[in-house]
Amino acid sequence: MATTTAAEPTRRDFLYIATGAVGAVGVGLAAWPFLDQMNPSASVLALSSVEFDLSSVQEGQQVTIMWRGKPVFVRRRTQKEIAEARAVPLSDLPDQLARNLNLPEDAPATDKDRATKPEWLILIGICTHLGCIPLDHQGDFGGYLCPCHGSQYDTAGRIRKGPAPENLAIPPYAFLNPTRIKIG
Amino acid sequence: MAGESTYVPKTGFTRWLDQRLPILRFANDTLTTFPTPRNLNFWYSFGGILTFMLAIQIVTGIVLAMHYVPNASMAFDSVEGIMRDVNYGWLLRYMHSNGASFFFLAVYIHIFRGLYYGSYKAPREVLWILGVIIYVLMIATAFLGYVLPWGQMSFWAATVITSLFTSIDQLIPHAGTAITQWLWGGFAVGDPTLNRFFSLHYLLPFIIAGVVVLHIWALHVPGNNNPLGIDVRGPQDTVPFHPYYTVKDAFYLSLFVILFAIVVFYLPNVLVEPDNYVPANPLVTPPEIVPEWYLLPFYAMLRSIPQKLIGVIVLFGALALPLFAPWLDTSRVRSMRFRPLAKQFFWAFVLDCILLGYLGAHRPDAVFPGTSIPMLPFARLGTAYYYAYFLVILPLLGLLETPKPLPATIATSVIGSGVEQVNAPAE
Repeated sequence: MATTTAAEPTRRDFLYIATGAVGAVGVGLAAWPFLDQMNPSASVLALSSVEFDLSSVQEGQQVTIMWRGKPVFVRRRTQKEIAEARAVPLSDLPDQLARNLNLPEDAPATDKDRATKPEWLILIGICTHLGCIPLDHQGDFGGYLCPCHGSQYDTAGRIRKGPAPENLAIPPYAFLNPTRIKIG
Repeated sequence: MAGESTYVPKTGFTRWLDQRLPILRFANDTLTTFPTPRNLNFWYSFGGILTFMLAIQIVTGIVLAMHYVPNASMAFDSVEGIMRDVNYGWLLRYMHSNGASFFFLAVYIHIFRGLYYGSYKAPREVLWILGVIIYVLMIATAFLGYVLPWGQMSFWAATVITSLFTSIDQLIPHAGTAITQWLWGGFAVGDPTLNRFFSLHYLLPFIIAGVVVLHIWALHVPGNNNPLGIDVRGPQDTVPFHPYYTVKDAFYLSLFVILFAIVVFYLPNVLVEPDNYVPANPLVTPPEIVPEWYLLPFYAMLRSIPQKLIGVIVLFGALALPLFAPWLDTSRVRSMRFRPLAKQFFWAFVLDCILLGYLGAHRPDAVFPGTSIPMLPFARLGTAYYYAYFLVILPLLGLLETPKPLPATIATSVIGSGVEQVNAPAE
């Protein structure tokens, strides 16, 4: 073999390559269950929607409910807060995407796209920086202030200042009737 | 230094064993007759101390695992059960939790000693890299262990650190979130996260022990560096490891254990965030989240950067940077005893790490107590110096600095000057 460069491949060459290929594919296939077992299990995925009665929430108040182990903020905004959020031009926003899972990915971060019913702001209450829970009705913009690293959000949950890269995410939700929503 | 074996089996059984499994020969050559520079000082005793601390952590950890329950609804109570109900449980847990701090105290002294005496330089690059790997594994193990008591700090430390991976979203959309959910086993830190963290926390110390074996192997090929940073030239420069360094190591280990015992028995919670005695609550973030003291410098770097992805890169870069020290330092002189300029930059680097540690314990918008001086510019300056030490100062100094003359041999330097004659063997 070492003396000729264009020798016919032998049966041994074929067996080497075939064995190597089967081995590589086999290792890949065998590794997948060991990696995928760490992804959310069926029981975790099964808890993926909750319903909530809105009638007890007063104007200017926020309640927190659990969805998929995360806090979801349900905030009934005042007229003043809505007006403030609507007055912000898009160009003032560090993140100009709505981050609303009910809308297309490229929807702009207008207040209308952040809260389809202006009175009700529904947000995943997790700072998009490193996952802390922001404090409501605080900070320079009257929305949220994250205690961990100082990110500030406005009354539409949009990032305005600090290290967080994105607006607070909006979970998939639907109004079942005027006073009841389903999240997830 | 690996040299010829000097082992001579003395009994019939050891001769028989030596031809089948030369384990006694190996122990003799590595632990007893191993030729060690005769001028090693106090700062060289931390390798032995670290081995001891790893053993303490493994032994206390194994027995704690007999009483701990890695379940989100029972973990906190099981830890309190260890503290109150298990016989000597309080002692075992305080040894384990404070043992981590003392492990890191020892490893930081060990690392700075290596930086000062140039122990990372040729021919000890692999030895140094293995050490950096051990240090990173220690950080991972300590973080996983910190989550297990499932207090507020545990939960939110787990959230913040795993969320570092979401920054990958800024490079590859959705990839970071997918990785983070894979780490969590859910959509937030929860029971599956706790379970796997326990499994990995139990595994990693044994991986560390394996890398320690490689670390010691890599030490025994070129042999120890020494405070003069010059090569061993012959038997007159060395003494056998046993009894000279076993005794010296045992003495300093005793002092270290006394200090450890003082903290375990009299100040067991001095290094603990009180918030970690509040059970984990996924709906309330504590007013401030800080890591354990030994990670504060890196946390200060993360918090000093206003951009998420860059902050994360700076954090991990700071851990990876020492890997390249053997090639970034261009000086041919190892020990900073003979490097008048490098010595000053080294001590500035030590102070810089302490300053970053102090700043890491405070919010980024904080001011120095009693003043209106903001901390943030200092955190950025400190981060810049940390990087500059490796990337600018070490490469340039090797070219610009004129080192002092080196002594000819270890033996003349030690015995000639009359220093440490007590350590010299009777000849």
